[in-house]
Order: sequence, then structure tokens, then C-alpha cells
Amino acid sequence: MSRIAVINLATLGLLIGGALTAHLTGHAFLVTLATKAAIFALAGVGLNFALGYGGLVSFGHAAFFGIGGYVTGILASHAMSGQPLTTLPYTMNGTNEMLAIWPMVLLVSGLAALAIGALSLRTSGVYFIMVTLAFAQMIYWFAVGWPAYGGEDGLSFYVRNAFPGVQTMQPLSWFLICAGLLLMTLGFTAVVMRARFGLALQAARRNTQRTVAVGIRPFGIRLTAFVLSAMITGLAGSLYADLNRFVSPAMLSWYMSGEIMVFVILGGVGRLVGPVAGAMLFVTMEHLLGGISDYWQVLLGLVLLGVVLWSPGGIVGMLSGRGRGHA
Amino acid sequence: MLLFEQLLNGLQYGMTLFLMAAGLTLVFGVMGLINLAHGSLYMIGAFACAVVTKATGNFWLGAAGSLAAAAMAGALIEMLVIRRLYSRDHLDQVLATFALILIFSEGARWLFGSFPLYLTLPPSLAGTVTLPGGLVYPVFRLGVIGLGIAIAAGLFWLMHNTRLGIRIRAGEADREMIGALGVDISILYTLVFALGAALAGLAGALVGAVQSVQVGMGEPVLILAFVVVVIGGIGSIGGALLSALLVGMTDSLGRALLPSLLAQVMPQASANTLGASLAAMSVYILMAAVLVWRPTGLFGARA
Repeated sequence: MSRIAVINLATLGLLIGGALTAHLTGHAFLVTLATKAAIFALAGVGLNFALGYGGLVSFGHAAFFGIGGYVTGILASHAMSGQPLTTLPYTMNGTNEMLAIWPMVLLVSGLAALAIGALSLRTSGVYFIMVTLAFAQMIYWFAVGWPAYGGEDGLSFYVRNAFPGVQTMQPLSWFLICAGLLLMTLGFTAVVMRARFGLALQAARRNTQRTVAVGIRPFGIRLTAFVLSAMITGLAGSLYADLNRFVSPAMLSWYMSGEIMVFVILGGVGRLVGPVAGAMLFVTMEHLLGGISDYWQVLLGLVLLGVVLWSPGGIVGMLSGRGRGHA
Repeated sequence: MLLFEQLLNGLQYGMTLFLMAAGLTLVFGVMGLINLAHGSLYMIGAFACAVVTKATGNFWLGAAGSLAAAAMAGALIEMLVIRRLYSRDHLDQVLATFALILIFSEGARWLFGSFPLYLTLPPSLAGTVTLPGGLVYPVFRLGVIGLGIAIAAGLFWLMHNTRLGIRIRAGEADREMIGALGVDISILYTLVFALGAALAGLAGALVGAVQSVQVGMGEPVLILAFVVVVIGGIGSIGGALLSALLVGMTDSLGRALLPSLLAQVMPQASANTLGASLAAMSVYILMAAVLVWRPTGLFGARA
């Protein structure tokens, strides 16, 4: 087994094993903490898809995280109140079945990413970073001003949505659902990045001109990667909404985009389990340092600065001794 | 009359955005660096102005203090952190400067607390004047417009008529060549960064004097300044000026007109909130439209 495979297994083992141990020793709070890490990891895996493999530095992934959250919250609140979402062109009711919510989340965040990506990918470099940020801000302000679903105050839905045969309010079952989705997405990413599409995407990141010269047009590939990446992050947003049973414009803010990026960088850019390691470290730091001082983010800032300046490969890069992933 | 007042508000808002965007676009253009911490320099300027004004009772000293504090903070972070980032890719720059935001914001919260501070303006600036046509308008806001015009003119003069400006433009075109010609690049970069920081600090002091001084005040303005830079085209001071005014006008007119338009079709209270956020969105819609038309902005030469 290669060193990187050992790191991958160890990281996932730490997350899942940690949650199981916490459950067996009766620390339900730590199980919830692990769930939060798994959800953040999923959001990071989504961003890593575009950023790590495709080189598309999106500073607006909070848009998709928040859209996933809002779709979930809106469907759940309609299911609770019994009022249909819309009666035109046909009656559409809310739902609290996760299996019905997730496809809707994937659809809406995918469509949003298609529109945003088609416009943003006309630009590159610094422009791309700022344009994605600006689109996310646009959606943020829309959510703040849209009174129907709580506006600035956000939207609560009291009961976690249902999954067939599972008691979702039980911390361990809920963790296993999130971790299961995380594992499936990691598997999907690993397969896609070995397939022709993934290879073309990575080739376009490393050398766009050469890729074009061998007859691959990067735009469509990049747009597809951006949409897939947004769908994964949107799914994470849906789970995050279910975790808190609450959505608010904070999920859409630029700060959230920055945090998702931090998960990816702390763990290791372009590494399969990089975002998982990063999200685990972030949640652990938030929990431990947040208990010591209210100003723990100063320390987070210093750690982040240290990683960027002296260890650009993140945790996984450091452990594997090979610096930045694939680069 | 209302429209004219809103045009002036837009002009004033645009001028403060220009002060922010000028520094950003210079740093982008000359060093190729994306600096998220520019909003923190804005906040530092505002806090410095509040502290100095409170200690001395003189707003002018406070404004001078904001320039000095932001320039010093800018020079310091350039030498300690930013300098290491010029050769890195944009991702590293975004993250390192995001880390700086966390450090500065939490540091400011630790020093000053979460409550907003308020500045009192000197009597000479606090009053209103009656403009030709009968419009009553605050002196301070007119002063901001005048100062913005003066600084824009000063920057154009600096960039086109002085040796420093020639060097800055040369550094933008080919940084290795001007190094080879004997110009000390690292001092030049520190100067440019400190200049941009000072302008951001001044903008912070000006806005802080009208609104309030608090932690986190920098980031909303920073994002708008990004929009201004993108619309204007990276590296172009003229583009930044034009697009800052455009963005300022769009925002102010939208905020003033949209709620009353929406009130025709919905209750006043929800028309107010929806109108305000549609106005905030309109700026980004403007940006999207410009980018569809010209992906490198109005005056951008290269991507």
C-alpha cells in the first residue's frame, strides 16, 4: 500500500472511528462534532473538485452551500405548514424526506452553478476569484432581503428531516448518513479524476495551452467540473441545514466561502482526503481553542498563515512528504 | 430634488469606494497581488481616527492619524507577510490575506470590543449648506466629494508626472527589467503598498465619521471595491474612478428609488427591505453585465 493510501485510510478511520468511540463511551456531543466535521469535509471535497483538480479558485462556494441549505429549509418548512410551494404550473408540495430533498438540492445548486459558471469562466485568474465572490454576495443580499423565508433572521424548521428506516435525531445514525455520503462522494471523486474527464480537467489546470493544442476545449470541461463541485457543496449545505435545523444568510456569506477554502488548504489542495483532514482540524481547533479564548480566530489566522507560507501542501502534503498535491 | 440629492450621495459613496479601489488596483496591477486584508487597513484607519480624535479632540489630527496608522500597518504587513506572496499563486494570496483578516478583526475586537465607536465631527464640518437650487446638504459629504476629486487628481499626477509614478508603471509592465535598471523593487513595492493602505485608511476614517467605527466594517466595502476594480479593469486608476462612480450611483439611486417603486405592488415595509437588497444586488448585476460585454473590465488590457 502506498503512503498516500495509508494517509487516506488513517484520516477516514480517525473520523469514523472517533465518532464510534465517542458513541460507545457515551459522548453524544463529540458524535455531533464529528458530524459537523464530516459535513464541512463534504463541502470541502466539493470545492476541492473545482479548486484542487481544476485550478478554478472559486471564492463563492458559500453560494452553493447556502442554496443547498435554503432548498432544504424551504421544502421542510412547507412540509411543516402544509402549504404548497407553488400551484403553477402544477401543485408542488414541500417534503421532509431527505431522499426527495437531496435530488432537489442537487438540481437547484447545479443550475445556479451552471449560470454562475458560464459567466465566471469567461474570466480567469484574479477576475475569476472576484467574480465568483461577487455572485455569492449577490445571492447573499437576495436572501437577506427576501422576506418570505425569514430574510436576515433565517428560517428554522425544528425537526430534522426523515430518512427511511433511520431515526435521524439519534446522533450516531445521523453521523453515519453524513459519513456515508462523504465516502460515496470521495469514491466518486477518485473515480472521476482517473477517468478521461478528470485527466483532461487536471491537464487543463497544469497547462491550458498544451491541452488546447491536443484538441481538448477546456471551457466545457471546466464548466462541468464547476457544476459538479457546486452540487457536492450544495449537498453539504443541505446536511448542514439539517444538522442545525436552521438556515440563515450566514451560510451564504463571503466568510463561509473563506472557511470552505480553509478546509481545503489546511488539509491539502488537490488531495483526495485533504478537505477531510482540514475540516477535522478546523472543527477540533474551533472546539478546543474556542474553549480557551473567545479570540481563537487569531490563532486560526496564525496557523493558516503558517500553512500558506511554510507548508503549502497542508496536512496531507506534510505527511506524504511530497508538498502540494499533483502539482 | 430628491434625485439630485441621491446623485450627490452616489458621488460621495463612489468617492469613498474609489479611495479603497485605487489601492487595490495599484497593488493588483503592480505586484499582481490579490489583497483581501485591504478591508482590515480600512478598519485600522477608522479605529486610528476614532482613537486620535478622542485623545486630542481634533478630527483633522484623527484623519492624519488614520493615514499614518494605515500606511504603517500596510508597510509592516508588506514586509512581514505580503512580500513572501508575490511569487505565489492567487490561491495562496487569498488564503494568507484571509488569515490576516482573521488576525486583524479578532485583534481589533480584543482591543476595542464589539461595540461600535462614534466620531464627533468638528463644528466646521458638522453643519449643512444650502446649494444653488435650494437643496440642503451636509458639509462633510461635500467635503468627501471634494477630497475624492483632489486625491484622484493627485494620483493621476503622481502616476504620470513623477519619477515614482514612472517607476510604478514600469514595474507594472516588466518587474524584472526595472530591477535590472537599478530600481530597488522591494522598496518600491513597500511604498506602493503603503500608499494604497493609506488611501484605504483615509476612506475608513471618512466613512467611520458618518456611520460608526466597528469590527468587520471593512469587508463589505472590500467586496464592493473588488467589484469596482473588476468593472474598471485591473491596474487602471482611471477605470477605478469611473467604475467607482458608476457603482456608487447605482447603489444610491437603487436604494432611493427601488423601495418606492416596489411599494406600488407590495406593502411598504417589505418593499423597503426588498428594495434595499435589490439595490445591493444591482451592483453585482451591473458587474455581470460588464463582464459579459468585456471580460477584462472597461479599461483592462490583459487578464
